[in-house]
Amino acid sequence: MLQTIALRSTFAFGWGVSFADSAVTNLIIAIAGYDMILVMKYYRPRPIIRVAISVGLTFICVFAIHHITLLLISETPEYVSFLDKSLFIRGLYVWLMIALVTALTGLWFAVLEHQEADSRTATAEKLAREAELSRLRQQLQPHFLFNSLNSISALAGSRPEEARKMIHQLSDFFRGTLKKDDQQLISLSEELEHLTLYLEIEKVRFGHRLKTVIECDDAASAMKIPPLLLQPVVENAIKFGLYDTLGETLIGVSVSAEKNYLKIEVANPFDAASAPPRRGTGFGLDSIQRRLSLLYARNDLLTTAQKENIFTTTIRIPQSA
Amino acid sequence: MIKAVVIDDEPLARMIVSEYLKSYPEITVVHECNDGFEGVKSIAQHKPELIFLDIQMPKINGFEMLELIDEPPAVIFTTAFDEYAIKAFEAHAVDYLLKPFSKERFDKALQKWLGQRQGSQPERTSQALQEHVKQPEERNRVVVKEGNNIRIIPVNEIHYIEAYDDYVKIFTQKEMFLKKKTMSYYEGILEPSQFVRVHRSYIVQLSQITRIEPLEKDTHVASLKTGARIPLSKTGYTKLKNVLGL
Repeated sequence: MLQTIALRSTFAFGWGVSFADSAVTNLIIAIAGYDMILVMKYYRPRPIIRVAISVGLTFICVFAIHHITLLLISETPEYVSFLDKSLFIRGLYVWLMIALVTALTGLWFAVLEHQEADSRTATAEKLAREAELSRLRQQLQPHFLFNSLNSISALAGSRPEEARKMIHQLSDFFRGTLKKDDQQLISLSEELEHLTLYLEIEKVRFGHRLKTVIECDDAASAMKIPPLLLQPVVENAIKFGLYDTLGETLIGVSVSAEKNYLKIEVANPFDAASAPPRRGTGFGLDSIQRRLSLLYARNDLLTTAQKENIFTTTIRIPQSA
Repeated sequence: MIKAVVIDDEPLARMIVSEYLKSYPEITVVHECNDGFEGVKSIAQHKPELIFLDIQMPKINGFEMLELIDEPPAVIFTTAFDEYAIKAFEAHAVDYLLKPFSKERFDKALQKWLGQRQGSQPERTSQALQEHVKQPEERNRVVVKEGNNIRIIPVNEIHYIEAYDDYVKIFTQKEMFLKKKTMSYYEGILEPSQFVRVHRSYIVQLSQITRIEPLEKDTHVASLKTGARIPLSKTGYTKLKNVLGL
């Protein structure tokens, strides 16, 4: 419409002529622009090819405009000469429009693609994180299972009542490991119950050597902890203690409330003389460290210390106010 | 009477072996041991024909215990290890029992051993065990016998190892230990970025080397912190240069 008015006022053509010229020109540009959008959508050619296509399209457009308008408006001689003279400027105009469309669609698709890629990465990361967390959480020790079953098998012959009891303990323990959701924090007292189940089973196997002391102050027992975090730490301490020393092994678990933190200390004996110095957190604590870092995005929540012949693992669980 | 010793750190695991053995009146369990240290003593004292041996045990594992015995008796492993690890030493023991094992499976192992015992000669356990799959702790430490004592040496305390006939000499800061093993065994298990075989008869810990100097044409010698001088062969010298990035 604007073009119609412009042609009419600037070059004093009749309404019909001006309108026909504008309509044809813009229709052709629209078709070319749409073609370009399709090209961009399905092929996304390299920049140099884009320029080439747009220039090619421009020539086709100008050729089409020239012929179609001549067919429509051949009876106005002033217009025919105007058409010939304006060929170059018209071509330039068409090309600029096509280039503009190309640039805009290019930008549009790039933004879309970027958004898609972003959401894909985010989804992938989330899935990977969840999978890793659940794997870390359910990392069951096959040794624990097989050795416990072996104990049950041994008890079944001479002490069947004890065998039955251990089957129940083992079932309760495994059931406890299955239903927990990582995002759902549980109270410390709940986690300690699960730990006690585990310790009872270990004591059937190692009762002659294994002693445990659990201390928990009242303020701490209502605090929150990710499920199944404490038991693997204690399991690690037990293994370390039992396999690195002879004789009685005392495992100490002490839980206390700190400002904004729940602090858990697990101590086990070890032999400073024969144990090689441990790199990093060492031993089986890597998966705990990894879990804490996935859950809280921090790497300073698990620390270890060796003093004389006692190895202490300390975990601090941040508490939301 | 056939004497047997059961070595396992779990009393209930020993109990089931003794219980299954009741149907073999000719076999007597003369001793039950809590760990490899007791095992070494017990085997020396009782000279059993057969032992039932767990692998994961306090201080030293079942394989390390066997290394300390000069003439090991026939071994039946009892372990919760996975099948993959088991396969590696399957050929070298009489049999292996995966916990928990049934009486039928136990009987099969016993029949196999009793058959071997009747026949030619019992299978030897000692040498063949060298090729078993290494447990991670065996890469971190070396277990040696020193008179009646058992010593556990963390590998980073080893300065160098020298070949000595069928044995190797293991040198630490102040001491030297003899062990019936080959150089290639240690070359295989020691961390190659930490220990380099610089000579047919020498493996040396890199961090102990203070200086490398030429000796004659084509040969070099490395000085250690303790003052010991280790000859380097031509290939050993090249290997050393590669590891040090020279």
